[in-house]
Formats: sequence, C-alpha cells, structure tokens
Amino acid sequence: MIRTAAVFRARPAVAALVLWGFMAWAACAAAVEGVDANGQLENPALQTRFERIAGELRCLVCQNETIADSNADLAVDLRQQVREMLVAGKSDDAIFDFMTDRYGEFVRFKPPLEPKTFLIWGAPFLMLLLGGVIIYRVVRHRSRMSADDESATGS
Amino acid sequence: MWKFLLPFAAFIALVVLFAFGLNPKRDLHALPSPLIGKLAPAFTLTDLLDPSRPVSNAALSGQVYVLNVWATWCVPCREEHEALVQISRQHTVPIIGLNWKDQRERAQQWLEQLGNPYQAVAFDADGRTAIEWGVYGAPETYLVDGKGRVIYKFISPITGQVWEREFMPRIAAARRGGA
Repeated sequence: MIRTAAVFRARPAVAALVLWGFMAWAACAAAVEGVDANGQLENPALQTRFERIAGELRCLVCQNETIADSNADLAVDLRQQVREMLVAGKSDDAIFDFMTDRYGEFVRFKPPLEPKTFLIWGAPFLMLLLGGVIIYRVVRHRSRMSADDESATGS
Repeated sequence: MWKFLLPFAAFIALVVLFAFGLNPKRDLHALPSPLIGKLAPAFTLTDLLDPSRPVSNAALSGQVYVLNVWATWCVPCREEHEALVQISRQHTVPIIGLNWKDQRERAQQWLEQLGNPYQAVAFDADGRTAIEWGVYGAPETYLVDGKGRVIYKFISPITGQVWEREFMPRIAAARRGGA
C-alpha cells in the first residue's frame, strides 16, 4: 500500500520532468532555427551545400577572406545570392560559373584543377622534388669527399 | 660552368619577380573584369531623383556611354565627383550613375549640394545590378560601346587626367568602330 502510494506520489514529478525536458528541447530547437538573422536554409542539405560554396568564394572587398567569413556588405549580398540560387535549384557549378562570369577567376578561393591552374596545384610538389634533388646531390658530393678523406688517411 | 650560371639565372629570375611584384604602380586590389568584350548586363531600376521613372540601359543602345558606380558612404566618390562634374560639362558621352546600396534621400542631397554630372542615376538599393556588373567597390566606372559591349573598366576615382588618358582615346575608337 505504502509502495503504491509512493509511486503515485512520484508520478506528477515524473510527468513534470518529462514536460520540462520537452519544453527545454522545444526552446533549444526554436533557438537554433532562429540563429541566423538572414535565415538559415530550411533544407539541411541545401544549408550544407551553401556553407561549402560560401567557404570557397572570395570576398573581393577583403580578398583574403571567404564570403562565409566576411561581414562586408558585398559578402552579405553574395551570400544572399548563393542562397537564392540554391533554393531555385541551381547546381554548384552553375553558382560558381555565375560568380566567375561576373567577378573573374579570382573569386574562386579554391581554384579548380584545370590546365591553367596545374602550376598552382603542382608547385608544392615541384618544390619538394627540387629540394629532394638538391639534398641528394649535396649528400652524394659529401659522402664522396669523406670517402676521399678516408682513402687519403688510409694510405 | 653550371656553378656560375645557376645562381646567375636565379638572380635574374628574382629581379624579374620583384620588378613585377614590388612595382608601386601595381594596384593589388584592381582586378581585371571578365565583362570586358561582353554585352553589358541589362538593368531597369528606378530613377534616383524620381522613383516613378524607370532608368534602363536599353534606352542607350547605339550610344557610347559611361556607367559610374557611386554611393554617399563611399569616401573616394566625393573626391571623384568634382572631376565628374567637370567632365560632364564637355558633353562627350552620357554619364549614367549607378547609386549602389545607398539611401535615396542622402543621395539626392549629395547631388543637390555637389552638382549632378549624370544624365540619369539608377537607384540600386539592394545591390543586385551591381552584382550583375561584377562591382566589388566604389567608385568603379565602365565604358560601354555602341554595340552594348563593355570595353573598359576603371577602378578607383576618375580624375581629369585619367579621363583624358584612358577614356577619351577609347571613346574615339569606339565611335570610329561603331560608325
């Protein structure tokens, strides 16, 4: 008897806890949706694409920032442009082409891999190769010198 | 032989690189416009001075004209404005203004106080037309030929000298080509 009573007495507490938990979750969910003043895209897949594209377009006012990072007026406008094109069903390539047609290749923060940009992408490997060749030649030269020394002291 | 030639070649390469890279006349922020040689983007906006009147660059087809991007929040534009007023007195070509992301009243006051060099000013409040033209700063000035193609873009304030040196020969050439 006492036990059931205890359970009964506990129930409102459980219900209150559940209710409180639900309200907290709802409040958080509402807060997340309202975070961005410009409005996050409702479709999470589009939002992911938006973030990736915005992270690969250069803000031409500040030039070393992407439009995702910049607070310049132009960056805000260009982000809005990207959002609208995504909602209109434009492909990533179509959006990059739109920007390059108006602002030039420089707008691509991450240049695409194509014949014109082979040197940019290949330069680090070329440098590595050059360094390797120099080290190889220096080491071979020195080992030959020390070998000469040994033969000289040996005789 | 290589021992002497290689450092010498490296030295020459560096000199060439520095001559280009450290040239004080080179503006790092001026970017070539991909619009050059292409048709100018069409726009129809409201007139800055009379919101009920549309301003469209279609009305200028067949003419060589200049499109000047300005705003009251743009400090160098103020410096440029006087030169534009002087240039407009020569009546060489129509100068169309593109008032970029500005407040209508402020922009109207600006023209009242400093003079109006423009044949018409298109009011681009949300910056959409500016994006179409690839504008990324103000002032920027475009030269459009009689066939409606962008033939030149000048970034930074125009002066009388710049006008004589960069714009006048191109306008003359465009007129010869377009006639």
